[in-house]
Amino acid sequence: MRASDIVAQCCDDATIMTAPTPDITVSAQGLSRNFGARQAVNAISLELKRGEILGLLGPNGAGKTTTMQMLTGNLAPHGGVIRICGIDLIEQPTIAKAHLGYLPEHPPLYREMTVREYLDLAAQLHRVAMPRRRTAVAEAIERCGLAGVASRLIGALSKGFQQRAGIAQAIVHAPDVVILDEPTVGLDPNQIREIRSLIRELGQNYSVVLSTHILPEVEGVCDRVQIMHHGNTVFSDTIAGLKQFHSGRSVLLGLRQPPEISVLSAIAGVARAEPVSANIFRIGFADDSDPTDALVRHAVDNRWGLTQLTPAQTTIEDVFVQLTRTEDA
Amino acid sequence: MILTIAVKELRALFASPLAWIILTLTQLIVSYGFLQRIDNFVELQPQLAEIPNPPGVTALVVTPVYLTIADILLFTVPLLAMRLIAEERRNQTMVMLMSAPLSMIDIVLGKFCGLMLFLLLAVGIVTLMPFALLLGGHLDFGLLASLLLGIMLLAASFAAVGLYASTLTAQPIIAALIGFGLLLLMLLVGETAADGLRDRGWPVPAALAQVLSPLKNFIDTFARGVFDSSCVACSLLLTVAFLVLAIRRLDAARLGD
Repeated sequence: MRASDIVAQCCDDATIMTAPTPDITVSAQGLSRNFGARQAVNAISLELKRGEILGLLGPNGAGKTTTMQMLTGNLAPHGGVIRICGIDLIEQPTIAKAHLGYLPEHPPLYREMTVREYLDLAAQLHRVAMPRRRTAVAEAIERCGLAGVASRLIGALSKGFQQRAGIAQAIVHAPDVVILDEPTVGLDPNQIREIRSLIRELGQNYSVVLSTHILPEVEGVCDRVQIMHHGNTVFSDTIAGLKQFHSGRSVLLGLRQPPEISVLSAIAGVARAEPVSANIFRIGFADDSDPTDALVRHAVDNRWGLTQLTPAQTTIEDVFVQLTRTEDA
Repeated sequence: MILTIAVKELRALFASPLAWIILTLTQLIVSYGFLQRIDNFVELQPQLAEIPNPPGVTALVVTPVYLTIADILLFTVPLLAMRLIAEERRNQTMVMLMSAPLSMIDIVLGKFCGLMLFLLLAVGIVTLMPFALLLGGHLDFGLLASLLLGIMLLAASFAAVGLYASTLTAQPIIAALIGFGLLLLMLLVGETAADGLRDRGWPVPAALAQVLSPLKNFIDTFARGVFDSSCVACSLLLTVAFLVLAIRRLDAARLGD
């Protein structure tokens, strides 16, 4: 018997030892920060579960970077609580920071080091002890596709590889939370694709917070999105929720000989009609009605020359523009 | 953790030409003075023999070596210390240290220890010269120990001042200027204030002035082979004070005030 039982016992002990990894890895409540009179971040709250990728979205100057600096302990918040894996970042910064990996907007690279030396230093600074450290560095090099340049000086690498070295630095100690500030900025399209798939891969093991103002990035990579504007959260939901948001229902109608707009909006069930171009109109449906059929019938009867009838999709861009523009007005 | 940062700083120093240039120039200047002193000593030896209790080779040849080093430190330590924090800020690598599970104390002490290791190495290399004298004579090891202790305490207080200056800015060259300015000011205070205040019967301000003048402490006591525990305390106090200032400065930067 006994051997297997002992093994089982050991495993149980092991799970007990590592079990209390809380499901919520990042929890920030009411974060505020001002620079002089300017309120950069105003009572932001966010929460992240293990294995989730959160996209922090917003125009320039929305407070994304400030929020990330606070989440990583680089900037002390003026108000609010941050817990990383249940540990208060302000009360016990060194313990909480051990669970964090951070790639700032400008990757913190020592140009006079080789990639391997640099990652070894990053692991040392995060208290990864020696036998584990060598494999940790090798893994990070492997994951970030740095194998070919591991012995080269960072200063001599291209921007794409430097960015990867920055990401490798953030994950070398296998943190629970990875925070990436605009990780794809300044990269060419191929590099962007590679970095995105790397981030998706990271999302399987870690919680990732990602800031960007590139909208397709959020759609392609993130599970949830939080849109910031002037230091406030203006939207926070899953990607699916985002697509439904404000979608209403509408179609794009293309006509070769279009009538007056008023004729279109007079059709029963049409809430609004607006021209997208000279021959294409966006037709919004009134609640609980579907005038598609009526539109087609009118087009045929009046010889408008129907060329196109497509359901209009609400893109993340529409929502973004809608949310971040209204407040400027 | 402190050691990790210290080793990183030491390597960064040697990755730049600055460290090598400073080591070379120090060696050149000190060895020129050293050889000249030996020459003089050999010439004077017959006359010295007639004096009843003549000063030895250590006092006449070795002590000036360390006085020269003290002067060189005044110029070079601000240059060596300038990049410690300022360059990390300029290259935006400070974020890596701030995001790592380190306290500000770890960061400041690590950087200080890295610079001290370098200075220890620099002084160590130069110390080989007096040891060469053992080939043809005797050394006063008591005086030599006092000189070494004094020069390292002096280096420590200079390094702490330079490190503090480096936390004030993101421009290394500005940090060097501030550090050099502070050291010169302290030198001036030491030259004039301490003795003057004591003569007028104001012991407390005099003691403060003494704390602020590590170079004068070195010349007056350690360089004469006098081990004065109050001078040791003064140097340590100055070093700790500037390290604490540097730590507070970094904390304030995090608060963004």
